Amino acid sequence: MTDTTVQTKALSRNQWWDVWDQFKTHKGAVVGGGFLLFITLAVLFGPYLWTLDPQRLDIRAKDMRPIYTLLWDSGAKVSWGHPFGTDNLGRDTMAKLMAGGQVSMAVGWVAMLLSIVMGTAIGVVAGYFKRFDGLLMRFTDLFLALPLLPLLLVIMMLFRDSLRKSFGPEMGIFILIVIGIGITSWMQTARIVRGDVLALKERDFILAARSIGTSPRHMISRHLLPNVMSPIMVSATLGLANAIITESALSFLGLGFPSDFPTWGKLLFDATDRMELYPERVIWPGICISFTVLSVNYIGDGLRDALDPRIRGR
Amino acid sequence: MLNFTIRRLLISVPTLVFISLVIFLLLQLAPGDPMAQVPLTVPPEVKQKMREALGLGQPIHIQYWKWLVQFFWVEPLHLFDYMFNTVYSEGMQRVISWQTRSPVMDIVAQRIPQTLWVVGMSYVLGIMIALPLGIISAYKQYSIFDQVGTFISMVGFSVPTFFTGVLLIVVFSVQLQWFPSIYDTTHKVTDFSSLMFQIKQMIMPVSVLALYNAAQIGRFMRASMLDNLNQDYVRTARAKGLPEKVVVLVHVLRNSMIPVITVIALGVPQVFGGAIITEQVFKVNGLGQLLITAIQANDLPMVQTLTFIFAILIVLFNLIADVLYGVLDPRIRYD
Repeated sequence: MTDTTVQTKALSRNQWWDVWDQFKTHKGAVVGGGFLLFITLAVLFGPYLWTLDPQRLDIRAKDMRPIYTLLWDSGAKVSWGHPFGTDNLGRDTMAKLMAGGQVSMAVGWVAMLLSIVMGTAIGVVAGYFKRFDGLLMRFTDLFLALPLLPLLLVIMMLFRDSLRKSFGPEMGIFILIVIGIGITSWMQTARIVRGDVLALKERDFILAARSIGTSPRHMISRHLLPNVMSPIMVSATLGLANAIITESALSFLGLGFPSDFPTWGKLLFDATDRMELYPERVIWPGICISFTVLSVNYIGDGLRDALDPRIRGR
Repeated sequence: MLNFTIRRLLISVPTLVFISLVIFLLLQLAPGDPMAQVPLTVPPEVKQKMREALGLGQPIHIQYWKWLVQFFWVEPLHLFDYMFNTVYSEGMQRVISWQTRSPVMDIVAQRIPQTLWVVGMSYVLGIMIALPLGIISAYKQYSIFDQVGTFISMVGFSVPTFFTGVLLIVVFSVQLQWFPSIYDTTHKVTDFSSLMFQIKQMIMPVSVLALYNAAQIGRFMRASMLDNLNQDYVRTARAKGLPEKVVVLVHVLRNSMIPVITVIALGVPQVFGGAIITEQVFKVNGLGQLLITAIQANDLPMVQTLTFIFAILIVLFNLIADVLYGVLDPRIRYD
């Protein structure tokens, strides 16, 4: 008995375990994390289980309703072969949702990583090197004053054709959207990181590190970055949610991916013309976007609580 | 205070110049050619002359300068003439749309009321919902009301407006047929029944945007109230024997409103930007819809002007937020 308690105490307890313990108490965050894991696995491995090609036209099976339509309309055209129905060209909705999810999630993650890397780099440089501080922060403020959605639309219009030519229609638009979202969303991260770095610089352990002659590179990578991880992680979740929404908004406005290339926003946009007759084609992609973003936001909430040492102790 | 305002005003001038330069240079890269629509039978030298007439042959810095002059001198002067029946802007070249060949500002002026009605109403409604929601949520932290309110506001800002809009259309105009799904901007309010129609067609777009705004502002209100409720001055006020209502609604609310008012001011331009999507869903032909059609038609002067108007709104409301903050919180002024 005493042995075990001694042993658990002796085990070096990483602070991330404390964070995890606190995170687990936030119900919304746990459910959100579970849903995000589920939807990620579904879009990644779903196509291996549900092997219908999302691009295959099957005009005889067009305009199928989802299977649950039978509950209130026994004469509806449904088939167990297409449980979520098909579109006006007979393409399977479930296969399209999974293919679209892959693109939407990929755009979200890559754009988020890009904006986090840019924001962190600018924030750390501005906070650590005094001579760059004024310039970089003015630059950040100027970016914050730009009308982002209109500019993003303009960027899409201007560079769509040239990138399509050089990287192919899908890859070109992917690069364009990811870079567009990345360079319009790094500013908040940069500001938060700079503020934290400025506060950290006054602490004694930084003074100690400097007194033994640590180079700026090691100072940043060993002492500063690990200590600003928590705000970065919180803004990463916000960034992921923002990137997914922005991509679907662009697709919804008709300035996203090409028409036969499904993403959740594109599926929603394509379906709005006939939503009186086939509301499910609008609702399912919308639910996918909304639930993913909602779960990511809940994870962000949970992380913020878990990473805040003032709350964690209680 | 005046000093503070003037200082802030001066900072916003270089900001505006920088933004105008970014927008201008970005659009210089545009591949579109305004001559693309001109018939092939028009000889090349005539085309060249037409291009020069549009001012396309000149070096970039001269084009930029001319655009600035048009935007900041000719257009305001024209507005002045229009309002006071003067003739100062006679003969001056205005910004012309390539799409319609008419002055851009005239079209913008036609479209502004629709956007203002929908966006303005939704913002006011959103604030009116958000403030009491935030106050009660914070005061009764962890109660059922707080839990439900927090959940709804989380949903409100997670669900994109184009999905809420489409969902409302499916439920209320397709299934229940209560409201029209398309906003009729030619509709004029003359009597009671037409007023009812106007209200009916505004309900859905306004409530979509209002939900989104209420969610954002409500979260801020709740957080700000929570910060203040645990402060020492609240305990002092209670110890003095002030009624609870006065403590919460006068002492705490006043102090919590400072950051919230800034957030409200900063949110206005974003609402205009976000309205681009809502306008597209409900087919309101406001500013956002104008921008989308201009982008699709490669109408550069229109795109340039509209983007710049959005930028001016942002800079203006940043300024308003800063000045308001200075008015409300004396500590800021002396910085």
